[in-house]
Amino acid sequence: MNSLLIEYLPILIFLGLAVGLALAIVTASLIVARQKPDQEKLSAYECGFEPFEDARIKFDVRFYLVAILFIIFDLEVAFLFPWAVSLGNIGVFGFFSMVIFLLILTVGFIYEWKKGALEWE
Amino acid sequence: MSSPIFPDLIPVIPEILIAIFSMFLLILGVFLREKLAEPLIRYGSLITIFVAFIILIVLPEGEALTFGNSFINNEFCIYMKALVLISSAASILMAREFLHMHQMDRFEFYILILLAVLGMFMMISANDFIALYLGLELQSLSLYVLASFQRESTRSAEAGLKYFILGALASGLFLYGVTLIYGFTGNINFNFLYSFFGDPEFTVPIGVIVGLVLIIGALAFKISAAPFHMWAPDVYQGAPTPVTAFFSVAPKIAAIALIIRVMIVPFGNLGEQWQQIIIFISIASMVLGAFAAINQTNIKRLMAYSSIGHIGYALMGLAVAAGPITSYAKDGIQAMLVYITIYLFMSLGTFACILCMKRGDRMVEEISGLSGLSKNNPVMAGVLTVLMFSMAGIPPLAGFFGKLYIFQAAIQSGLVGLAVIGVLTSVVGAFYYLRIVKIIYFEDAEEKFDRPIAPELRGVLLVSGLFIVLFIFIPTPIISLAEVAALALFPG
Repeated sequence: MNSLLIEYLPILIFLGLAVGLALAIVTASLIVARQKPDQEKLSAYECGFEPFEDARIKFDVRFYLVAILFIIFDLEVAFLFPWAVSLGNIGVFGFFSMVIFLLILTVGFIYEWKKGALEWE
Repeated sequence: MSSPIFPDLIPVIPEILIAIFSMFLLILGVFLREKLAEPLIRYGSLITIFVAFIILIVLPEGEALTFGNSFINNEFCIYMKALVLISSAASILMAREFLHMHQMDRFEFYILILLAVLGMFMMISANDFIALYLGLELQSLSLYVLASFQRESTRSAEAGLKYFILGALASGLFLYGVTLIYGFTGNINFNFLYSFFGDPEFTVPIGVIVGLVLIIGALAFKISAAPFHMWAPDVYQGAPTPVTAFFSVAPKIAAIALIIRVMIVPFGNLGEQWQQIIIFISIASMVLGAFAAINQTNIKRLMAYSSIGHIGYALMGLAVAAGPITSYAKDGIQAMLVYITIYLFMSLGTFACILCMKRGDRMVEEISGLSGLSKNNPVMAGVLTVLMFSMAGIPPLAGFFGKLYIFQAAIQSGLVGLAVIGVLTSVVGAFYYLRIVKIIYFEDAEEKFDRPIAPELRGVLLVSGLFIVLFIFIPTPIISLAEVAALALFPG
């Protein structure tokens, strides 16, 4: 049991370092830097929309389009990592399975590019 | 750890072909000018379907397993795939004029149909639950987009959204059922599950039953059987008519194939457990299909209820197949296959008629719009009458024989009560089919429908009309093919 816990010690140290460093930076900027707050600086950072308002507003459907197109390639990378790690075990068949998968994704990519789905005018 | 061996690709050639062609056509279409792309991709997709059909026929006989036993191809799969290809090709042909008329002739329509066909092929040939799910989703996602293909129409968008939300719910139910099955058995392969449940010392845990019920519920949703039918009338009405025609045949055939395979192969030894569920679904669908259709005024909605009813009759064959006696079970499946083959032609013919119903470039969907068709267009009136008589199950048309075989199989295996309910509901159903005939022949003529009728529609009308009329003289090809297909499900 103890040896098992010892294995996790680096994570604990890392956690301690991360919390400590974060706290140190925030306090340092509080103490050292000059404070000149204004409207823009105090508002929450959010791209595109006002963070607090009625949710039922009209907005551009292209946000969805970009999000959906992004998800596909995001997931592709999620597949690539385990594939890369186990490439030694899965052999030629495993290698070409992924190549075919990437080719199919590329077909979709060419289609969306040519259709102009990636342009924001 | 040894490297996985390279799988045998011969049984999957049709699937590979459809996948490559659909992607090639997608790229081709996007690089061509829009005017040129639509007809070219239409021909391309028809050629793809044709080539896939040829390959399907010449594939080596017998059962072939590949991809680590998760893909199977046998006579049953080939039979169902052939039906899917026929109905998809007919839908593509029937769609041309409608798409052009409504300015929605974009080449993506045909690509989506090809992708849906690919998904259906995977569903039919899946031999484990993950492969099945992948096929099901590929098919469903293509269908959701197809349902909302008429972008300017709110009804079409509503149909797509409704279909998507309820379809996602059904997929969720399905996956939950599969996790339960996996949890209690430790495997998802159909053949493994068959022998696992066949062990005489095996007692059925409650978790497996719950999983089984969830899976049946999800599959019943896909074939739009009552009480999981609520999406069908709205989607049928809202979707563009050629898409509705496609919905009423190809995905239904694929889902029927799926429910047959899932019930007979992995759960074949649990027949006692699922027979009563299938009987209930069958009765509910027949009754609902008969009674709910009476009040309909929109012909696409009417067809939705009619297809729910037909699914009820077809499921009767599956209820028979749950019995312990294999020869009766085989007869049940055979009757079911014959039934849906006949249904396919009746449905395509009826939708070809519906696509002819247009006045001044506007589609007419009200049943009353058919009044006096016998005077305006006697040929179309005649074909539609034959179709309606066949749907109602009146001899000597094909629809009668479909019902006859199903009832025969049910009575033979002792499900007399089910057969009696079937006969009674078909009498009720006859009412609304005959009402259409009455409107055609005995009501004052309205304005004529637009002429001329597109050659593709005429072709589909001719083929389905001939099939229905001539089935009584040459039933053997269909019946013997269905027998071979049904036998492939019950080895030994």
